[in-house]
Amino acid sequence: MALLEVTDLSIQFGGLKAVDNFNLTIDEHELVGLIGPNGAGKTTVFNMLTGVYLPTEGDIKIDGESIVGKKPYEIVRCGAARTFQNIRLFKDLSVLDNIKIAYHHELNYSTFEGIFRLPRYWKDEKTAHENCLAFLDIFDMGDYASIQAKNLPYGKQRKLEIARALATKPKILMLDEPAAGMNPKETHELMDTIQLIRDKFDIAILLIEHDMHLVMGICERIVVLDYGKIIAKGTPEETRNNPDVIKVYLGE
Amino acid sequence: MNKNTIKSYLVNFLAVIIIFALMKLLMNIGIINRYYQGIIVFILINIILAASLNLATGFLGQLTLGHAGFMAAGAYVSASTAIMIKANFGWLPNIAILLISLIIAGIISAIVGVAIGIPALRLRGDYLAIITLGFGEVIRVIINNIRFTGGAQGLTGIPRISTFDNVFWITVLIVFILYTLTHSRQGRAIVSIREDEVAAEAVGVKTTRFKVMGFAIAASFAGIGGGLYAHYIAFLDPNTFNFMRSVEILVIVVLGGMGSLTGSIIAAIVLTILPEALRSFADYRLLLYSFLLIIMMIFRPAGLLGTSEFSWKSIYDRYKYRKESIIKREKA
Ligand SMILES: Nc1ncnc2c1ncn2[C@@H]1O[C@H](COP(=O)(O)OP(=O)(O)OP(=O)(O)O)[C@@H](O)[C@H]1O
Ligand SMILES: [Mg+2]
Repeated sequence: MALLEVTDLSIQFGGLKAVDNFNLTIDEHELVGLIGPNGAGKTTVFNMLTGVYLPTEGDIKIDGESIVGKKPYEIVRCGAARTFQNIRLFKDLSVLDNIKIAYHHELNYSTFEGIFRLPRYWKDEKTAHENCLAFLDIFDMGDYASIQAKNLPYGKQRKLEIARALATKPKILMLDEPAAGMNPKETHELMDTIQLIRDKFDIAILLIEHDMHLVMGICERIVVLDYGKIIAKGTPEETRNNPDVIKVYLGE
Repeated sequence: MNKNTIKSYLVNFLAVIIIFALMKLLMNIGIINRYYQGIIVFILINIILAASLNLATGFLGQLTLGHAGFMAAGAYVSASTAIMIKANFGWLPNIAILLISLIIAGIISAIVGVAIGIPALRLRGDYLAIITLGFGEVIRVIINNIRFTGGAQGLTGIPRISTFDNVFWITVLIVFILYTLTHSRQGRAIVSIREDEVAAEAVGVKTTRFKVMGFAIAASFAGIGGGLYAHYIAFLDPNTFNFMRSVEILVIVVLGGMGSLTGSIIAAIVLTILPEALRSFADYRLLLYSFLLIIMMIFRPAGLLGTSEFSWKSIYDRYKYRKESIIKREKA
């Protein structure tokens, strides 16, 4: 059984069919790229996969369970986590707290136990603190733990957003244009981060990206979207040579 | 359990006891007379109101314009409960009557909060501001027009059972609860909604649940604040709880810093004393608020303390840091 199974997914905004008959399956541990020109509908696909938008038609299954109609926070619990095209961090909070919020589900103490500082509060908070610090260390961000998220350099903010998504323990990670606005050095660091995730975490990745170089370099499979429709699917090699894709990207 | 945390809890607890003892002493030797004592009680009640509003507006990030409405609900519920208990179970000690009445007031206010919060909080945006604004006015109109609240003539015969002592300790308890709540996993979830609701949802925070929870707790404590007020002045006039009252509380929160409980405390002290001190200029109170807000927006847009809390340790740390850097500079 595939990890993610999307069948005939469509959404209509008024007269605009932003995504039309989108089909995709992703297996465990795969890295799939989703590309396409501006306004093609890539982010809209993510928004449907994560419960932000309700599709007009079609089905989405994670591990065989349909997630259509579920709230975003329920879908996280089903194992799909994402980042946003425009970074969305908890800006005024510390880097560590950003992670701790995503780690919420691992803590068990009740509101009452928390308010009156009962033993389980101390125990849970201690483990959470240690685990989240260790988690930051995986991404080489331990030194930034107490800094406010908004004070991080741009590349690190992206990295924190990815780390935060991973802290929810997803089975599939969806990255929406993580390299947008990055300089070559930061893009390089991002590629290392993605490689690190592949090595250390047992998860699949769905990656939206404009940077063709990045996509072609790391993805195993690529899906090309244009005007809401899939126009090509295949290995980077096949996509690169597909006449439709060339037309879309280079113009006629 | 971290040693420093325990130490800071102890220091704060000690500070509270010292403040209480000092106040009692000053009252006993007559430096704090009944008039001043009244002002202190109003400060404490304003601390409860501002700190609770801060939970909804500062920590949760939901603008609420009808906090006086919850205060009114709590005041009337608590007052009528106490009147009833006094009539039927007069042998109960005052403190028991007070606690029972306040608990009922807190519960009813929380229920009212949930009832008006659920429809508004499910939506994003400023619906809550509009709905609470309307609610604050509606509840006042209702109170004005029903018999058992005494209507526009006001409610009299309320047992005078709030004292400096019990108001002080209830305020301490409420501030403590708000502090520990906002510094727990639930509190982090609440703050994450203020920071970015979409992102909070995307990392698994049950946003609607925490919004309703934060809002209900805020409403509940406002109700308790209202109850303490009712039992202190023993007379309720519905027009005390008008829109201006809500604005006053909001001004305290904004001046103190959205998301800073200690900021609310400091601002509540200043903004309760100031109008009293300027009694003869009472008509210009609104002018004063506007003026303060403008000054604040220019010089400290995040409020007195921003989102941080006042702590002895941070002052000490800063002092130490400064000293160290001076020493370092001198060596170089
Ligand atoms: N909530 C919405 N209401 C109406 N139209 C929308 C909405 N969200 C997206 N669209 C439209 O759907 C189309 C696809 O948008 P989408 O953001 O998915 O594109 P994208 O492929 O992510 O583009 P980009 O590379 O610029 O991020 C666009 O025409 C957009 O205007
Ligand atoms: Mg997009």
